[in-house]
Amino acid sequence: MPEATLVEAINLALARAMEDDPDVVVLGEDVGVNGGVFRATAGLQKRFGTERVLDTPLAELLISGLCVGMAAQGLKPVGEIQFMGFIYPCLDQLVNHASRLRNRTQGRLTCPMVLRTPHGAGIRAPEHHSESTEAMLAHIPGLRVVMPSSPERAYGLLLAAIRDPDPVVFLESTRLYRAAKGEVEDNGEALPLDAAFVLREGRDLTLISWGAMLKETMAAAEALSVEGIAAEVIDLATLKPYDEDTVLGSVAKTGRCVIVHEAARTGGFGAEIAATIAERRLSSLLAPVTRVTGYDTIVPMARLEQYYMPSVERIMTAARKVCQFS
Amino acid sequence: MASRRVNQDLPVIARFEVRHRNYLAPDGSIQRPLPSFASDSKLLTELYRSMVLLRLFDRKAVALQRTGRLGTYAVSLGQEAVSVGIASAMRKEDVLLPSYRDNGALLWRGVKLEEILLFWGGDERGNRFSGPVHDFPFCVPVGSQAPHAAGVAYALKLRKQPRVAVCLFGDGATSKGDVYEAMNFAGVHRLPLVFVVANNQWAISVPLRQQTACETLAQKAIAAGFIGEQVDGGDVVAIRAASEEAIAAARDGNGPRFIEAVTYRLGDHTTSDDAARYRPAEEVQAHWKEEPIARLRAYLVAQKMWSKADEEQLAAECHARVEAAAERYLATAPRRPETMFDHLYADLPAAYAAQRRELAGEHDA
Repeated sequence: MPEATLVEAINLALARAMEDDPDVVVLGEDVGVNGGVFRATAGLQKRFGTERVLDTPLAELLISGLCVGMAAQGLKPVGEIQFMGFIYPCLDQLVNHASRLRNRTQGRLTCPMVLRTPHGAGIRAPEHHSESTEAMLAHIPGLRVVMPSSPERAYGLLLAAIRDPDPVVFLESTRLYRAAKGEVEDNGEALPLDAAFVLREGRDLTLISWGAMLKETMAAAEALSVEGIAAEVIDLATLKPYDEDTVLGSVAKTGRCVIVHEAARTGGFGAEIAATIAERRLSSLLAPVTRVTGYDTIVPMARLEQYYMPSVERIMTAARKVCQFS
Repeated sequence: MASRRVNQDLPVIARFEVRHRNYLAPDGSIQRPLPSFASDSKLLTELYRSMVLLRLFDRKAVALQRTGRLGTYAVSLGQEAVSVGIASAMRKEDVLLPSYRDNGALLWRGVKLEEILLFWGGDERGNRFSGPVHDFPFCVPVGSQAPHAAGVAYALKLRKQPRVAVCLFGDGATSKGDVYEAMNFAGVHRLPLVFVVANNQWAISVPLRQQTACETLAQKAIAAGFIGEQVDGGDVVAIRAASEEAIAAARDGNGPRFIEAVTYRLGDHTTSDDAARYRPAEEVQAHWKEEPIARLRAYLVAQKMWSKADEEQLAAECHARVEAAAERYLATAPRRPETMFDHLYADLPAAYAAQRRELAGEHDA
């Protein structure tokens, strides 16, 4: 199988979706001739034409609103927001329209759109380019929120997102775009949405994460194994709706859980998972559910961002503490 | 008003103009040669009938609201000609994107009175209406339907379908980026899209002069690179004629148009509003002289297209239709509570199925 980076996997999935379905349209700032600032859409305009790969004016609200209108007409728009820091003008469209068009018309109009955006810290980007505000989006009923952590899953999940009959926000880690490499077979096969992936099995402790933080989480699990702690690692992959069964099943087995996310702690998605575990698996727990997260402060710019993001050390410290709790 | 002082030594590189359209004066007299359809008594009386129906329907809706049988409701009083006129120029396959004060357009396009009541009565099924299946429902967040209209029009153009999107909103919406972003995009791609602003002078309590320093709203189209025209919004003949032209141009691939219909909201913003708090009664009184129904009636009567007997018959018909619709609305039982999940996603994810069961009174084992 050929090897691809995560951003190449995104590109492969977009090309495959456009090839398979003439209703798929790609739109956003610089996605055409330039192929996107991260090259996620490289070559698509040349291959599929300027009508289906569309450079929009510099207006994020417009991009999301166009997607709603196109989707209501039966197209399958895939909009790109250049960085997650610029997604906020789209919230009106996501909350008031995309997520509820099906419901408010009782199924008469639907909104099969995907809004892709790169997110997260760790690439020494300028201000406003490093946030990870997925929990805000996962709070919106009617949306799906997907955050792949590897090229293979990015490919399969993006195909699934584009084929899904409802709106999906697809968050791609800038840190993984080129750093994550893996074998990706361009076979057009989608992965299931709403399903978590068990990346590593273990009996002592459940580590749950998503997106770029899986890198540190997997490294921590490896190091913990040297200390004799067998950690199970779950890639949540889809945050909304998330795969409670896999999470609860794992916690029932291990009795101990550490949730790792890059986003700030308060109201982060880890809180949702911890609450579900407390509600439904309290009797299985051998230790308090613990979170390792970004701090409750503004993501610092390049010079301090490494101190903001959860490190392998912080994850291991939390894991040891949970395992020592009796 | 912005300063008019300019450096006369500099060359003029562009000039723009905005035209105003009016055929019928407030007293129904003819201002300039009428468009050909104005001799079509069937069409004109149909426009008249629709406006009268809308006004009576509004009155009934307000009565239902005042007696606790309907939620907040927005009347069209004084601006009936705008949404009825534009809708009358559309084809069924065109796509309507209305604001919340466009009942007239929905009714023209086949939405049932009881469906409109159902929506304002708090039932989503009102939006699964009998009008064209691709039409959008009322848009409540002001102006946020404009980008949808651009997306719809882009899809129509991409598929090379000879269809047009028509987006309606009020003067307040023209202050929002949503509307400008959509207009800008429509201009770039020469989309088959007609924007219509019902400039009723008031965005709840904020008058137009606090909304914009522009002399007209029509001129906002100039910045987006297409034609904006101002129309007397009390003159349904003018609305219809401007709409016909704009829609035909859009259908023929000549790009978007913008129509500013200058009208006046004679009623409150909604049933939750009291317009007496912010505007003088004399102003409202003055605008009653320009309202569209009396104006068209005066013309029809002068042309011998309408009689007192027609008027009486129409009133009885409308009354019967409205009463029957209200009865059907009131007789519609609420949905079962758990159905609030039924159109959340195409298939309800397992994660939320338990919540649906809880609402349905079922208990998980």
